Amino acid sequence: MKRLVDPSQARRNALASALVYAALLALAAAMLVPFAWMASASLQMDKDVFRFPFRWIPKNPRWKNYELIWQRVPFMTFILNTFKLTIVITALQIITSSLAAYAFARLRFKGRDFIFLCYIGTIAIPWQVYMVPQFIMMRALGLNDSHLALILLQAFSAFGVFLLRQFFIGIPNELSDAARIDGLGEYRIWWKIVMPLSKPALATLTIFTFVAVWNDFLGPLIYLSSEKLKTIQLGLRMFIAQYSAEYSLIMAASIVSLVPVIAIFLALQRFFIEGIAASGIKG
Amino acid sequence: MTAAARKSLKSNAIAYSFILPNLLGFAAFTLLPMFFALGLSFMAWDGANPIKFVGLRNFGEMFRDDTFWISTFNTLYYVVGTVPTTMICSLLLAVLLNRGLPGRNVFRAVYFFPYVASLVAVAVVWNMMFHPSMGPVNNVLRSLGVESPPAWSASTKWAMPTIIGASVWRNAGYYMVIYLAALQGIPRELYEAARMDGASAFQIFRKITIPLLTPATFFVSIMLTIQGFKVFDLVYVMTGGGPGRATNVLVFTIWDRAFIYSQFGFSSAVAMVLLAIVLCITFAQFRMEKKWVSYL
Repeated sequence: MKRLVDPSQARRNALASALVYAALLALAAAMLVPFAWMASASLQMDKDVFRFPFRWIPKNPRWKNYELIWQRVPFMTFILNTFKLTIVITALQIITSSLAAYAFARLRFKGRDFIFLCYIGTIAIPWQVYMVPQFIMMRALGLNDSHLALILLQAFSAFGVFLLRQFFIGIPNELSDAARIDGLGEYRIWWKIVMPLSKPALATLTIFTFVAVWNDFLGPLIYLSSEKLKTIQLGLRMFIAQYSAEYSLIMAASIVSLVPVIAIFLALQRFFIEGIAASGIKG
Repeated sequence: MTAAARKSLKSNAIAYSFILPNLLGFAAFTLLPMFFALGLSFMAWDGANPIKFVGLRNFGEMFRDDTFWISTFNTLYYVVGTVPTTMICSLLLAVLLNRGLPGRNVFRAVYFFPYVASLVAVAVVWNMMFHPSMGPVNNVLRSLGVESPPAWSASTKWAMPTIIGASVWRNAGYYMVIYLAALQGIPRELYEAARMDGASAFQIFRKITIPLLTPATFFVSIMLTIQGFKVFDLVYVMTGGGPGRATNVLVFTIWDRAFIYSQFGFSSAVAMVLLAIVLCITFAQFRMEKKWVSYL
């Protein structure tokens, strides 16, 4: 059946779309204005940052601000430290969580249900509750002011094991049974069958870990005191505290700290959004 | 040993080899500190002198300490200020995007971006835009005739609302993605049937969209509430808990007492309160789930 197009209905739809567009644009502006202001202020003199009315396009852009910040603060070190932590933690998280999740989901062994209960029981407990005793422990092991401490405390999460187990359980048992008959060992089944079928769940876990580690502030604040170990977040914070009146330099440093995130976000945007959406649907 | 017993031993050993890498790390660096946290709340310790068992003294001191009550109140203020606002904003963004207009992926990325942007950069730009005497926000307000605009994060009255504003702005895009996925799960036929029956757009939203979004809303509300009680980063970078104690929150007190004052026992007692609150909310929300969540 073909639907007749009512002209007044069509007009109403067009009007509604125009209104929605206007709202979308206004909201996009609200989200982007702080970043635009940051970018513009980073190219001005300190005295012009707060000039009113604000000059959005600087007359003589001061690119020198960007040269100055590299001389004042070891930003490259901070960026590399953050990349190092993020990559190591995410990789360890994926490997150890998927191994454990495989055993919980697809193998029978003594104490399985009890151990799994221990994992689930801790998911609801915020890290902030035990971060202090954790720090005391790490310090006793001589690990304060080291990247290793941050790696050890973030690489083995109950959440990761739980998320992957839920996904692994849904993979039909016939697949691994057939593989076992063909003589494949459990490790081969994990790596050749279960892992390739679990890409969506692995992507979700990767994104969550990545964003959490990248934006982590409290962890590095507690553990890292020497400058050469600091992460971007901490380094930027240090810079702000040291040069609190040099507004345009602070803005330039902020832009520099955003560049890697923007690059990664633009490249992986789809995975970010799909990963988060998937976590919500599973609830 | 029988062959069957040997076989079961072997399969147990394989299974343990799978969980061991994670379990060892998890037990050593998560489970153990959790028990320490409980134990530490009954101890007096400054990190240098010998540790001493003091029973419930830390809790007694805590309940008599006005910083503790202020930080509890501030945390509740933050939760009440952020949870409904973030939910409404993220739902609004999702509903607007769900119309499937061209360019929606660009808008979606823009709304999501503040969530991944470096926290410290975001906090510093907010503070500068809301600078009491020179910031562009107050300049605009003054030019609109507001004689004494608020001092935002520098005023005891406005500091928390400023942080709440930054938090909503930063997180709305994240929860939008969850709502968007849920909206796309609603069957189109339901909308078409309602339209055939002459339902208005508002009626459709109220009677179809909202009820079918309750699982997502449930998930979002738990996440937001728990996130709210754990707030620290934004507060630390924007106001440092101040001015005075105006934005001192629970996690700030835990951190401050442990790492600035070396009162590890007291800090752990506050941590136990945070734990109790979060567990109660998780429990209550799961009990309530049955009452108001409708699954299709």
